[in-house]
Amino acid sequence: MQQRTPIEEQIDLPFLESLRISFQSLKIRFGRSIITTAGITLGIAFLVSVWMNNEIGIALQESGRQSTINTFEETTQKGISTKDIWLIVMSLIVCVVGIANSMLMAVTERFREIGTMKCLGALDGFVVRLFLLESGFQGFSGALIGALIGTLGAVLLGLKDYGLDLFFYFPLFPAQPEDGPRQLGVIVVILLGCFLGMVLAVIGSSFPAWRAAKLPPAEAMRTEV
Amino acid sequence: MADIVVKTEDVVKEYRMGSNVLRALDGINIEIERGEYISLMGPSGSGKSTLFNMIGALDTPTEGQVYIDGQNMSQLTQRQIAAFRCHRVGYIFQSYNLLPVRSAHGNVTLPMIFAGLPERARNEKAEELLDMVGLGDRMYHLPDELSGGQRQRVAIARALANDPSIVLADEPTANLDTVIGREIIDLIKSLNEEQGVTIISATHDLKMLDVSDRIVDIRDGLVERVRSRDEIDIEVGEVGGH
Repeated sequence: MQQRTPIEEQIDLPFLESLRISFQSLKIRFGRSIITTAGITLGIAFLVSVWMNNEIGIALQESGRQSTINTFEETTQKGISTKDIWLIVMSLIVCVVGIANSMLMAVTERFREIGTMKCLGALDGFVVRLFLLESGFQGFSGALIGALIGTLGAVLLGLKDYGLDLFFYFPLFPAQPEDGPRQLGVIVVILLGCFLGMVLAVIGSSFPAWRAAKLPPAEAMRTEV
Repeated sequence: MADIVVKTEDVVKEYRMGSNVLRALDGINIEIERGEYISLMGPSGSGKSTLFNMIGALDTPTEGQVYIDGQNMSQLTQRQIAAFRCHRVGYIFQSYNLLPVRSAHGNVTLPMIFAGLPERARNEKAEELLDMVGLGDRMYHLPDELSGGQRQRVAIARALANDPSIVLADEPTANLDTVIGREIIDLIKSLNEEQGVTIISATHDLKMLDVSDRIVDIRDGLVERVRSRDEIDIEVGEVGGH
């Protein structure tokens, strides 16, 4: 038994160990993880579909094609309309709030767990890293699925509007026509969607996790959700 | 001179609730010797759990000092406090506080992971500890699949993972029936007797009286009285005689 030996410094855990613990946690909490991830998927799917729809519209108009049905006057105009910008901004806000909310909930219901881990000798940094890894993985996979769903939605909508012409002028890559607005292209929008989803998930989860990790364990364990 | 393992000096803890200040501890002075079994007794809201948190470095006092193994806890760095919780103390809680995503075995290995023990050594130690608390056949069950008494046994095994010199138990029997509660008390007492672990338990379970070396009665955030083994025996005898 230790007798009045000075108290040593706690060691850092190897990265692999943190990775293992975070994946185990995701796996066992699979149902709950899926719901959180679905929140991210939905937000990004909405944003990407609106954005992509806009990209497709611009590309097709650049090519001189017109919507076969012409329901909206805007689709015949060149460039991004105010309404399109409005839609993209709105979907971005919905996406940010949705993801932040699902991550916040997912962390808050685990305050007791955070307190317990600290009782067992976890450093604050370890707790934050655990949530960073979990949310980064959830954010990336959720956003990737969301971006693909969103793209699919925009393509289907484009098919309805432009028919098979869509595939001849499909804006896969970024383009900068001389007299038109800059086009990001499908690939860049998907990548941006994934990046955004991941960043939002990581911020949305590590900020409350950091706050919980800073609390004395007694207080973290007292927190009722 | 007695070997003092825990000493508190005028410990005060205040909680701020809006504009009100609640004084949960109002200047606590106690000394606990190595190898003792101490029960902190008192009604709900008396401050015993708050004191328990102070001794276990789970919360910081508003005023006063806590010394453990002669170390002033307020002077430790974050890393030292984490190491202290990891190596020196084992915690047992009323609501078990097992991690729901880890099996019994996974819960017991976690403090050893934090301590940096190699995988093989910690697996062996976890099996040994779970065998000792009588859960050798349910090692890989999740906490949800275990009864209250079994969960508390897992918590005890986990508390012992890094061979702590102090075990802190906060109402360990409060959620258990009398028979299971008795078994848990006996298990904790055997750690005290066989391994010389200092036990500090917050409780209002009278069954704990039997096994305690001393009882510290807490009331309104103050030490009301401290009773020794002999005094307890007399009181228990009187109660039994009538």
